[in-house]
Amino acid sequence: MSETTAPKPFDWSSPKATATRKRRYAADRRLRLYGLISILTAIGLLGVLIASLVATGHTAFVQTKIAVEFTADPENVPPDDPASGNFRAVVSNAVQQLFPEIDDPRELRTASGILSNGAANIVRDYVTAHPEVIGQSFTLNVPASDPYDQLNKGVIDRSLPEERRRVSNEEIALFETLEDRGLVSTPFNWGLFFNADSRFPELAGLAGAIVGSFYLLLVTFLISFPVGIAAAIYLEEFAPKNRWTDLVEVNINNLAAVPSIVFGLLGLAVFIQVFGLPRSAPLVGGLVLSLMTLPTMIIVTRASLKSIPPSIREAALGIGASKHEVILHHVLPLAIPGILTGTIIGLAQALGETAPLLLIGMNAFLTSPPGGIMEPATALPTQIFIWADSPERGFVSRTSAAILVLLGFLIFMNALAIYLRQRFERRW
Amino acid sequence: MTGYLFLAILVLSLIAFYTGRRTASQFVAAHRNDVHSRPIYHGAFAAVWVGLPALVLVLLWLLFQGSIIDRLLLASLPASLTEGASASRLSLYLSEIKNVASGRIFSEPSPEVSAAAERYQRWQMIAQWAMVVVALAVAALALYITRARMTARFRARQGFERTLDIVMILSAVAAVLVTIGIIISLTYEAIQFFRLVPPHEFFFGLNWEPQIAIREDQVAGTGAFGAVPVFTGTLLIATIALLVAVPIGLFSAIYLVEFANDRFRGIVKPILEILAGVPTVVYGFFAVLTVAPAIRQAGGLLGISISPNSALAAGGVMGIMIIPFISSLSDDALRAVPQSMRDGSFAMGATRAETITRVLLPAALPGIVGGILLAASRAIGETMIVVMAAGLTATLTANPLEGVTTVTVQIVTLLIGDTAFDNPKTLSAFALGLVLFVVTLCLNVLALRIVRRYREKYE
Amino acid sequence: MNMLTDAAVETALEGAPESKAAKMRGEKVNVFYGGKQALFDVSLDVGENQVTALIGPSGCGKSTFLRCLNRMNDTIDIARVTGKITLDDEDIYNPRIDVVELRARVGMVFQKPNPFPKSIYENVAYGPRIHGLASAKGDLDGIVETSLQKAGLFNEVKDRLHEPGTGLSGGQQQRLCIARAIAVSPEVILMDEPCSALDPIATARVEELIDELRENYTIVIVTHSMQQAARVSQRTAMFHLGNLVEEGPTDKMFTNPEDKRTQDYITGRFG
Repeated sequence: MSETTAPKPFDWSSPKATATRKRRYAADRRLRLYGLISILTAIGLLGVLIASLVATGHTAFVQTKIAVEFTADPENVPPDDPASGNFRAVVSNAVQQLFPEIDDPRELRTASGILSNGAANIVRDYVTAHPEVIGQSFTLNVPASDPYDQLNKGVIDRSLPEERRRVSNEEIALFETLEDRGLVSTPFNWGLFFNADSRFPELAGLAGAIVGSFYLLLVTFLISFPVGIAAAIYLEEFAPKNRWTDLVEVNINNLAAVPSIVFGLLGLAVFIQVFGLPRSAPLVGGLVLSLMTLPTMIIVTRASLKSIPPSIREAALGIGASKHEVILHHVLPLAIPGILTGTIIGLAQALGETAPLLLIGMNAFLTSPPGGIMEPATALPTQIFIWADSPERGFVSRTSAAILVLLGFLIFMNALAIYLRQRFERRW
Repeated sequence: MTGYLFLAILVLSLIAFYTGRRTASQFVAAHRNDVHSRPIYHGAFAAVWVGLPALVLVLLWLLFQGSIIDRLLLASLPASLTEGASASRLSLYLSEIKNVASGRIFSEPSPEVSAAAERYQRWQMIAQWAMVVVALAVAALALYITRARMTARFRARQGFERTLDIVMILSAVAAVLVTIGIIISLTYEAIQFFRLVPPHEFFFGLNWEPQIAIREDQVAGTGAFGAVPVFTGTLLIATIALLVAVPIGLFSAIYLVEFANDRFRGIVKPILEILAGVPTVVYGFFAVLTVAPAIRQAGGLLGISISPNSALAAGGVMGIMIIPFISSLSDDALRAVPQSMRDGSFAMGATRAETITRVLLPAALPGIVGGILLAASRAIGETMIVVMAAGLTATLTANPLEGVTTVTVQIVTLLIGDTAFDNPKTLSAFALGLVLFVVTLCLNVLALRIVRRYREKYE
Repeated sequence: MNMLTDAAVETALEGAPESKAAKMRGEKVNVFYGGKQALFDVSLDVGENQVTALIGPSGCGKSTFLRCLNRMNDTIDIARVTGKITLDDEDIYNPRIDVVELRARVGMVFQKPNPFPKSIYENVAYGPRIHGLASAKGDLDGIVETSLQKAGLFNEVKDRLHEPGTGLSGGQQQRLCIARAIAVSPEVILMDEPCSALDPIATARVEELIDELRENYTIVIVTHSMQQAARVSQRTAMFHLGNLVEEGPTDKMFTNPEDKRTQDYITGRFG
């Protein structure tokens, strides 16, 4: 082991060395393969997620409708007060007319099951809006009830044995006569966007949830945007470096990682219990979501402020501007694109948030959209939760469709953020 | 009504701005060099002081009006009704009174309730008008005072900037207040709970059956609040999630940082980030719709019976959600290892795999561990996936094929629907919430500290 | 400093360093980074058991050439090398050549000491471990000790072999990196400005070490210090703007350069 020994030459071409090298290269390829498999797995899972949503959800974007001729008999519909009329009778008369060959009352009941339960309401709304049709006949496209809707869309397989289907042979036969007469159509389901929630899947829509989510985001934006920017400017530009501001900083970073349901508990205990604000109201939901978004807002705004080079500040200070003027006139305008991008991403997160809203009661069953921020409302994600919990088969595709709508909004918001970033981003 | 009030305050504040600026312009014309601040600052100063106090007043008023009127209403009810009534009974009275007042009558109200409803409407009206009058008076007074103080030498800019400072500091304090609010509200309700159920039963009891009767007519269990099975269920699902997410996320990061070219990275990274942007309620539905049936079917083929809400389905889907966290934090950690480490290893004749496993991973370990801790905190606090896909009954088991429940599931099921704050069922949710908050907070503080220290090391 | 000057004088007295056989040989080497050419037709021989210094102003391509000698440029995606470089008359850019073996035979020491965040022992044992050079644990201990001794570090660290290598001083870290390179018994050691991050005393220690290593290894050193090139090398190659300006025995290069650019550079007119 003396210092003078020459390095013993290693025989790189010996069989042992060759084998070692082979093994090492194999390990290298293996690691590479694991990485590739992992990435493909992750992307594949995302693909399965989207594919299963599209596969179940696409049928909810069309709705089976049946053209039915109704007669607004003055006997059933008093012309002086059409809204109080007996529209159930109008509908059952129409069903009898639709199937003149049926005289068995039981069979007739089965036949009326083809039309949605809400048919009477639809006729009432039409007649109230057009009182001139009283005493006349008119044709309306009425949604088919859920089992027939599923049957028509092929979700229920007609070739299955009868006992394994939710629709009997007799019901299929009735429906097929309507198909043969060309009364069945499947137009685009505008009801999905313009109807509020309903217990009947064929009538349920997202109008209430979309309006509710809009109010939620409005409140969230109005609170978290100004407060977040003000706090960020203070912490980034004015705050002295001491223990207290350190504490504030640690606090904000941790707040960003607090589970969302804890914010729901806070909202329930403070806003509803202590301040007595109404349950299920977008105001409370918005307050909770803005508390959740606040840390994100502050972090994003500080990052944009930090990216403005000090030379701009120095230049403005150098010509005698006050520190406030420097920030209001120079730094903030330059940072605005970054702040807006961050805000949109924060709001997109808030739009998808569900758990805290459940705790403050935003999963109520509501058949009309909220009229303001103090009225009970649902939101898109809580509506998804409600529908996912509903037993009717038709709600499965509605849930997937609602998710696709929610994802659509999220994609739009994120695309907007990316566009803003690319359009206005400046490199210093 | 309130909307018009906000509008009125805004208009007053605009008036203050324009008149303030005009007056100040006259100073400039008269005194020239003797004016301290530019006219615009005089205007801004006046506008801020006219608008802000009135606005804050209205907001506080709105916040407290409801609960004060409720108190007064309850106090005004005849003693025969309120004597000895529970808090939930009282809140039922209140909602009945409000329903009657707004005209939603389901059955003929009792005379006491009708009278109270009338009082409620009257008080509501009085409170609203009082708010309008007080707010406008405050705004007008502020307008008068600021006008009176306006002179050529008045330091309006300093005044305005100081006001801005106060607003900014209050905003920064708001973030701290949120944390304090969380701690106080959770602790307060948890203490109420521990008065009813001793802490040792909660922390060490093995039986969790919180669905007790709130009203006499309900059929329910006797109530047992041993939270151990809830905690173990949470750990089981979080562990499954990490077992799915850590290998996939870590290997993906390794591939993206060390093997992939820029183009591949540029395409794959945003796709992985989509996984992080999907709302959790979507994952929950995915678990119920696709994953749980698939797992059951697979189990059926193998002849194993698997619970429809197995921990495996919930944990697996949660794992998918966490993949992007692990991969992006590991990505950051691997990239933070200086290039000189790679060069040093390659120059020794190491292969990429050897460089990664023997040099880069050990060097990046603190960052990766920090990322895994953050992901664990996410998994423990995640709610929607487990609410939809995991079970409701607390089973003490380590078998991933059985259904278990978690802390967050219990919080949601205990608090969903109408709640009163005087029974252990509701309060236990806050005790669980406190445990959840403390555990995730510890994990986050630890993780952020590790990550930060690690970053400093290489900067 | 005296001692070093003596070493340089000694080198000069030995004379005729070009008589040594060429261990590595570059022929018309061109290097491109993307569309930018960094080296133009460089042909240079590296003599066995000699120190060859590559000098020139920054950005002249000397480091690029050095990195070609053990194919470290392969780790840069956009880098492309043409021409021929041989090690013992074998083309190292031949696809049949195993880059792992090549880098074990041609070791490298970097500008900034880059010990791995492991213990001193593990740093030195890294190469023998990955290449499977030690069959028994005792062998590995022996290799680590010999390498540290050759790097002149053993006596300073023998009591703390299992403490982190990053805890050493800058000069010790650089010698640790040299020990790490030696541990796989390379034939050639490439050094990329190995002293530029060190203080003068540590620099002197490393230069001394380089002179000792010359006995067993072929060394190529990139340096921006004329004095260092004069002190440690037997042959010197001068690069400028990606071209090899001239090449020859060190004493001749520093006393009587052929090219005007070399003269200007050595006398400090540019660079």
